[in-house]
Amino acid sequence: MTIHPEDTDGNVDLVTFRLGGEICAVPASQLREVLEPVAMMRVPGAAEFVAGLINVRGTVVPLSDLRVPLGMPREPAGEHARIMVMDIPVSGQSCVVGILADAVHEVTRLDPEKCEQVPTVGARWPQRFVSAVGRWKGDLVTLPDLATIFEDFLDGFDGRTTLTGARRATKIQEPERA
Amino acid sequence: MTDEEPNAIFRNEAETLVETLEERLLRLEATPGDADLIDAVFRDLHTLKGSGAMFGRHDVANFLHGFETAFEAVREGRAKVNEQLIAISLAAKDHIANLLSKPGADGGDAILNQLAVYLEGTPQTPQDSRLWHLTFKLAPDTLALGGRPEAIIDDLRSLGFRDIRALLGDVPPLSKIDPERLYISWEAWIDRDIGRDEILTAFLFHEDGLELTLAPPIEEATARDLEDPKPDSTRSPANGRGGALMRVPAERLDEMMDRVGELVIAEARLREAAARIGESGLSSIVEDISRLTSGMRETTMSVRMTPISAITGRFRRLAHDLAGKLGRHFDFVIEGEKTELDKTVVERLAEPLMHIIRNAADHGLEDPSLRSAAGKPATGTIRLEARYAGAEVLISLSDDGRGLDREAIRMRAVERGLIASSATLSDEEIFGLIFEPGFSTAAEVTDLSGRGVGMDVVRRTIDELRGTVEVSSEPGYGTSVSLRLPLTLAIIDGLLVDLAGERFVLPLAAVLEIVELPAEHGHPTSRNAFLDIRDTLVPFLRLRDLLESPGEPAPFQKVIVVSSADGRVGLVVDRIIGSNQTVIKQLSPLHSGLKLFSGATILGDGGVALILDIPQLVHRGRCLAERAQEAA
Repeated sequence: MTIHPEDTDGNVDLVTFRLGGEICAVPASQLREVLEPVAMMRVPGAAEFVAGLINVRGTVVPLSDLRVPLGMPREPAGEHARIMVMDIPVSGQSCVVGILADAVHEVTRLDPEKCEQVPTVGARWPQRFVSAVGRWKGDLVTLPDLATIFEDFLDGFDGRTTLTGARRATKIQEPERA
Repeated sequence: MTDEEPNAIFRNEAETLVETLEERLLRLEATPGDADLIDAVFRDLHTLKGSGAMFGRHDVANFLHGFETAFEAVREGRAKVNEQLIAISLAAKDHIANLLSKPGADGGDAILNQLAVYLEGTPQTPQDSRLWHLTFKLAPDTLALGGRPEAIIDDLRSLGFRDIRALLGDVPPLSKIDPERLYISWEAWIDRDIGRDEILTAFLFHEDGLELTLAPPIEEATARDLEDPKPDSTRSPANGRGGALMRVPAERLDEMMDRVGELVIAEARLREAAARIGESGLSSIVEDISRLTSGMRETTMSVRMTPISAITGRFRRLAHDLAGKLGRHFDFVIEGEKTELDKTVVERLAEPLMHIIRNAADHGLEDPSLRSAAGKPATGTIRLEARYAGAEVLISLSDDGRGLDREAIRMRAVERGLIASSATLSDEEIFGLIFEPGFSTAAEVTDLSGRGVGMDVVRRTIDELRGTVEVSSEPGYGTSVSLRLPLTLAIIDGLLVDLAGERFVLPLAAVLEIVELPAEHGHPTSRNAFLDIRDTLVPFLRLRDLLESPGEPAPFQKVIVVSSADGRVGLVVDRIIGSNQTVIKQLSPLHSGLKLFSGATILGDGGVALILDIPQLVHRGRCLAERAQEAA
């Protein structure tokens, strides 16, 4: 789910968090829980974006780092670092994913009126990965478009990428219509 | 109780019976003289008729009465089983299924008519296939004198003998065998009156000490079996199923398996906690719980295990119908029907296998005239084989048809833009193209196949079941599609290993033995990658390289020898932690593209371990080795 300021009649509950020196926000409805950092199992050969797996109450959950697609600098986790466990729509079904945050702030209501479409120029991040920007306590808040980020990742990753990163030689096309 | 309930019970029961009926009819087609089978069919019909009447379904009961009458005649030897009867019976079976879903459906009278006509007009055909039976035994010193029995067998075959079999009754126990002495005798069959002199031409120079008997054909062997049924008392109990059975909704089994999965993880946590506390009273309770958990797991798994035969009935019917539609007969052979797999796997296999069978019959097998011209038997064969291979089940479907046309596949792939016209592809890569969505080389679309829908379904389903598909083909000799599937999707016995502090699980069923890595191989730069295990060279792979493990290897690395499709392979790890019951958790779509892992699991201490897919690992290792060689 992404935020569409025009189709909500009230305020949207958002969770604000810090990531790579920026303030970001995601819909609170997608957040399941916030965890203290836990041991991660590295997945050999996996992309940096989803480098590992964690145990969340008996289920195995992929851990992803939004700083990779957003092109943010990556610093070691500080004492406020948390993992946000979220439900994210991936290839048509809801997928539980852990998302790293440098700190998680609070659940807040953001007036949709004050959310704006991303300016086409001057944006530091890939524009398609941001659904809107808003203001919170005087700071600029960025709303990453999680669905697009994950869909993009899966599209670029056709499931056949090898450990060494070599792509398959043949190109697959859509089936022909009879 | 509402009216719905008994009706649902009746339908449920009847549908099961109709399925077994179909399977038995098709088996009867292959062995028309099997009196037990005829009885079983008769019993099925009788039960169906009885329960139909009991539940007030007189349309079903009346139709079955007519059907049953026909089989009564067969059972009493007044009529014979032949293709015609089976065809009518299959139509009758379809009509029953029809009646069950649509009470009062039409079409029954026509079928009963056909049955009546058949019963009155069964031609008393004489046995066409009279077979002469030959048995022979060569002099015991034949081998010592340099004789070659296989040459004699070849000669006999060229004379027209077939079904040549060795009779091993005289072979003594191994400890008493004299390797130079010949203990074996043989039997063979021929369908013509062959003179003794003609046979003896095959035994040139071997007449000394030769014992040879040639028996004339037995008259009407199958008919006699039919006319002289064994007394009822010697037969198996009426339902032939042995023991009481209970039908349980499949979801409950799935639920049960989930619960057991959670139990196994909780048990592992309990064990870890008890080990920390170190109290003997607690430990003994933990031992009991562990034993019960593993017993519970085994039982739940065995409840879910289903033999392949649960779906092969459908394949027999498909083969029968395909032969009719294509207008050419072929033999459909099934081996290893008792091989068991998790119920979910078996169910989901039906569709892909039907696609492969359809393809083999339609595209693979040639017309009889073409086959004869190519020197092959006019009747083609499609063979379905299932067997266990380590922690997996191997199912192969092969035909002896024309084989895949590499050039046609290639051209079609270039046309479709799947590959560049200059690309050089290995056989494996070319055959892999047939799994692409919408790919078909068929010049015209037939009723049965050629739409290019199918093989991509096969690949997708097998991927989802965490299995692999391989195609091999020899022009003129046929095509074989091999599916490898894990025995279960839920819990496996695993071997937990450590590599640079990270833990991985190997399926224990694939593990043959564990040895220490000899010191001379300790350093990663050592060139050769073979171990000498009891005088056999076993190639080994360093999992550290394949899994990009950080740091330096531990001083005493271990080699886990596993069985793979390419034979024994050693996998080098830092440390063995031990065996554990591994609850398989599927990887999310974000990681499911990584073929090296068949899933992940949660360990007793709450950590996550990845489950290694051995065939993929070995394949990857081989690719790396080849690349390294090319670079060198």
